[in-house]
Amino acid sequence: MVGRVRIKDHWGERRIFTFRSLVAGVIVALLLATVAGRLFFLQVLRYDYYSELSQGNRVRIEPIPPSRGLILDRDGLILADNMPAFQLEVERDQAGGMRQLDASLERLVKIGLLDAEDLPRIKRTILSHRPYESVPIKLELTDREMAMFAVHRFEFSGFDVHTRLSRHYPFGPLAVHALGYVAAISARDLAHIDPAIYAGTTLIGKLGVERAYESVLHGKPGFREVLVNAAGRPVSKEGSYRPTLKVQPPVAGSDLILSLDMRVQRAAENALQGLRGAVVAIDPSNGNIVALASSPAFDPNEFARGLTDQEYAALVHDPDTPLINRALAGAYPPGSTAKPYYALAALHYGVMTPDQRIFCPGYFRLPGSRHLYHCWKHRGHGEISMRRAIAQSCDVYFYTVANKLGIDRMHHFLSEFGFGKATGIDIPGERPGLMPSPGWKRRAFKNRANEVWFPGETLIVGIGQGYMLATPLQLAHAVATIAARGREFKPRLVIGIRPPGSRRVIGLPPKPEPGIRGVTPDQWNVVYEGMEQAARPGGTAARMAAGAPYQIAAKTGTAQVFSLGKNQKYNARTIKARLRDNALFISFAPADDPKLAVAVMVENATGEGGTVAGPIARKVLDAYLLPAKPAAPAKTSVTVKGP
Amino acid sequence: MILDEFSPSRTRRTLTAGGRTLRALRLDGPLTGVLALIICIGVLVVYSASGQNLRMVEHQIGNILVAVAALVLLARFSTPQYLRLFSPLAYVVGILLLIVVDLSGHVGKGAQRWLDLGFIRFQPSEIMKLAVPMLCAWYMHERPLPPRFKDLVVMAVFIAIPTALVVVQPDLGTALLIAASGLIVMLLAGLQVPIILLSLPVLALAAWGGWHFVHEYQRERILTFLNPQSDRLGAGYHIIQSQIAIGSGGVFGKGYMRGSQAQLDFLPESSTDFIFAVIGEEFGLLGQLLVLTLYAFVIGRGLYLAMQAQDTFSRLTGGAIALGFFVYVFVNSGMVSGIVPVVGVPLPLISYGGSSMVTIMAGFGILMSLHSHRKLVGS
Repeated sequence: MVGRVRIKDHWGERRIFTFRSLVAGVIVALLLATVAGRLFFLQVLRYDYYSELSQGNRVRIEPIPPSRGLILDRDGLILADNMPAFQLEVERDQAGGMRQLDASLERLVKIGLLDAEDLPRIKRTILSHRPYESVPIKLELTDREMAMFAVHRFEFSGFDVHTRLSRHYPFGPLAVHALGYVAAISARDLAHIDPAIYAGTTLIGKLGVERAYESVLHGKPGFREVLVNAAGRPVSKEGSYRPTLKVQPPVAGSDLILSLDMRVQRAAENALQGLRGAVVAIDPSNGNIVALASSPAFDPNEFARGLTDQEYAALVHDPDTPLINRALAGAYPPGSTAKPYYALAALHYGVMTPDQRIFCPGYFRLPGSRHLYHCWKHRGHGEISMRRAIAQSCDVYFYTVANKLGIDRMHHFLSEFGFGKATGIDIPGERPGLMPSPGWKRRAFKNRANEVWFPGETLIVGIGQGYMLATPLQLAHAVATIAARGREFKPRLVIGIRPPGSRRVIGLPPKPEPGIRGVTPDQWNVVYEGMEQAARPGGTAARMAAGAPYQIAAKTGTAQVFSLGKNQKYNARTIKARLRDNALFISFAPADDPKLAVAVMVENATGEGGTVAGPIARKVLDAYLLPAKPAAPAKTSVTVKGP
Repeated sequence: MILDEFSPSRTRRTLTAGGRTLRALRLDGPLTGVLALIICIGVLVVYSASGQNLRMVEHQIGNILVAVAALVLLARFSTPQYLRLFSPLAYVVGILLLIVVDLSGHVGKGAQRWLDLGFIRFQPSEIMKLAVPMLCAWYMHERPLPPRFKDLVVMAVFIAIPTALVVVQPDLGTALLIAASGLIVMLLAGLQVPIILLSLPVLALAAWGGWHFVHEYQRERILTFLNPQSDRLGAGYHIIQSQIAIGSGGVFGKGYMRGSQAQLDFLPESSTDFIFAVIGEEFGLLGQLLVLTLYAFVIGRGLYLAMQAQDTFSRLTGGAIALGFFVYVFVNSGMVSGIVPVVGVPLPLISYGGSSMVTIMAGFGILMSLHSHRKLVGS
C-alpha cells in the first residue's frame, strides 16, 4: 500500500456527520415547506376552481322523457296512447364475460326468444354500448315470451326485462294514414329537432298527425341529477354520504282531438277492403275531415315496436304500396267528377245557359279538324241540357263547354276550387295535383314542339283527363265547397287540444278560405239539381243511391289509368289489371242540407265509378247520416292519460 | 465517553409499565409513538379510500403486524456489530435475488418485481433499500472520513449495480429510492462540497442534454418503459384527478368517507400511491399538514438518534434510514400535489401494501437498535 495512512479522527468524523445531518434537516424542512405551500395553493387559493371540477365529476344530469299526448277521435275514443312495453335488455359487465354472454345468447335462441340470424347484429349492438349500459335486444315481449324468460331467468346473468312506454294504437291499422305513426328517431330527424327536448326519448312522429303535431304531442322532458362514479355508472351513495340531488319532473304532451268519426272511418276502410283506393269524407260546414282512408293500410304498432329490416323491406316493396297515403299523395285524373265545376264555370262566365241544349251525336269535332272526340255513350245522348248532361255525364256537352270556355278560364275557375294546389290539410305528405294551362305547359316541357297548347287538349281537360290530376283529398275538398255553396274551409284533422292534466279541451276554430265568389244561388242550384239527378233513376249514380232515406247529390267518374309511383317495375303478370281504369265518385248528402261530402277513388277498378266507387260512398254516408245500430259496441270515453 | 441512559438509576423517575416494555424491547419511545400514530391514520384512510373494503383493511393490518414484528425483532436482537458484518452478505444475496427476478421473475402488475417463495411473495428490491446504504456505511466504517475519490467510485459502483437491476424490471420509483439511499450515505460521509457543487451542473446538463437530444416520441417511450403502469396520458389523468381531490378538500376537507373523488373512483390508485390526495380531500389542508408534521418529526427524531450513534457505520446507516424515509415522503406528496413527476412511490406507512411497510419498519428497527445497543466506550 502506497501513500500515507490516514488515521480515523473520531471527533472530526462525528462533527462532519452532525453538521451534514443538520444541513440535511434544513433541506428536509425547506422541501416539506414547499409541499405545504403547494397544498396551500391548491386548497386555499384554488379551492373554488377545484371544488367546481369535483362537483362536475360526480353529478350527471339524466333526462326523464315526457309522456306523449294521446290522440282521440271526435267522440273521445282513444286512437293512440302509451302502453308499457316489456323489453329484454342485457348489461354487458354483468353478463360474466364474452364467452358466457355468447352462451346466454345461444340459449335465448334455443328457447325461442331470439332468432339465430339476428345474433351477429345483436352482438354488434351490445358491443357498441358501454359495458354498464343496459342494451335492449328484444322489444315488446309477448306474454308467452315473458313467461318463457321468467322460467329460465336464473340461467341468464346480466339479462333482465325492463319496462318502457311505447306508443300503442288500439285500432291497429284503422285510420293509420290520418294518424301516421311513431318510430325510432333517425339521423334525418336529428337534423331538425332540438336534441335537448328529445333527450331520453326514443320515438318520434313520422307521418300524419303524429308528425304534424309532434311539438304539441311531445311535451317537455324533465331531468334528474344522478350520482355517478368515474366509469359513469350510477351509484346510490358516495361513502357514507348521500347528497341531495335535484329532480325536475317532465311535462307531458297535450292530447289531440281529431275530427275523425271512427264509425265512419271503419265503414270507409271496410268498404275499401281488398281494393287499392282512398276515401275522404269532409264536413262541408267547417272543413273537418270525418274519414280519411287509404287502402291498403298497415299496422302502426309495428313501427312503434320497431320493424326488422326484412319487415320494412316487405312493406316498401309491396306492389300495392301500403305505405303511400293515396288520399293525399295519390294524384289521379279526376275524369268526369270534374264536370260539375266546368258546368258552374260555364254558367259563371255566361257561355251557357242552364237550359241551352246541345246535340250529342256520340262524338265531337273541333271546327276545321277531322279528329273525332268520342262520348262515352257511342250512340249519343241526343238533345241534352246542363242538368241532364251532369246526371248522365255527357262528354260531348262538356267538350262544347270546354271549347267555349277556353283553357285559361277553365284553369282559373277550377283553381278557385283548389285543383292544382295543395289544400293545406294539417298533416304532411300532400301533393298538389295538376290543373294544366298553356303557361304550365310552356314551363313543364323542354321540347319546343311540346310547349304549344293544342285546342284538343282543352277538350280532354274538359272531361277531367289529359294532364289534369287531383288527389282524393282535393276531390273531397272541392265537392265540399260545392255542398257549402262556395264557402270554403281548409281541410283539417285536429279540432281540439287538451293540455296535460286538464279536462278542458281548447277548440281550434275552422279555417275559412276565400271561397267561390260571383256564383249566383240559381247557378249553384243548377249544379245541385244535376248532381241530384245523377243519384236518381236514370242517372249514373242511381244504383248506389237506391233506397237511401236521404237525398244524395253525386257525380261519377271513370278515368284512364295514370299509374301511381314512378319507380314501379314493369310486371307482365299484373300489368293487365293495372291498366284498368280508375273509378271515381264525389257526392254530398243530404242534398238540401249537406252534412257530409265524400270523395272515393278506386285504382284499376273492375267497373265504372258508379258501380264500384259509388257503393263505397254510400256506406260512408250511411254510417254518418243514419243512427248507429244498437249492436254497435259502446264507446268508452277515457279522459285519463297513460297506462 | 459515558452515555448510558439505560443503566438502572435510582435517581431517574419511575418508569411506567409502557416505558419498561419499550426499554426491554430497546425501542425509542417518541419515535415508536409517532410511527404508531401514522400507521393508525393509515388504516383509517385505507378503509375510506378502498370504498369501505374491510378485507383490504384486514389485509393491511396483517401487513402491519409483519412490519411491527420486523421492527421489534431487529431493535431487540440485532446489534450494530452484527448488522455491520451482515451488510455485505445482505447486499450479495439481494443482488443475486434481483438477478433471479430479472431473469425469470414472477409477473406481478405487469413488471417483474416479485419473488414467489410459495408461502410469501416479496420484492428483492426492497432488501436493497436497506442493503445499499448499509454496504456503503460498512465500506466507510473502516476508512477515514471524508471519503477519498477512490472510495466514492467504489460506493458509486455499489449503488449503480442494484439500481440498474431495478430500473430494468422496470421500477423507476424503487430504483430512485435505492439510489437516493446510497447517495445519502455519501453525502453524510462528508462528500466534499466542491464535488457536490461540480457534479450538480454536470448532472443537470447531462440530463437536460440527454432529454432534449431524443425525439418527443422516444421520450414517451423511455417514460413508458421506465414506468409502464402510468403511460403519459394516464399519468396526466392521475395528476388532474389528484389535484381536483386535494383542491376540492379545502382547509377542513369534505369529511371522513365523504370525498367524492375517492369514493366515486375518480381518483385512481386511491388506496395506494395516491392516498395522500384522499387525506387532502377528506381532511383538507389541516389533515395533510398534520401528516406532514408527523413525518417531519419521524425524520428529525431519526436524524437525532443517528447523530447520537457511536460509530461511523451506525451513524451513516441511521442517517440514511431517516433521510431515505424523507425521500419517500417528499416524492409521494410532491407527485400527488403535482410538483414532482409521477413515479410509483407509496406514501410511507399509510399507503395500502406490505412491501414498503415492512422495509420501512425494518429500517426503523435497525435505527433503534443502532441507538439502543451502544457500548459505554466508543470503538
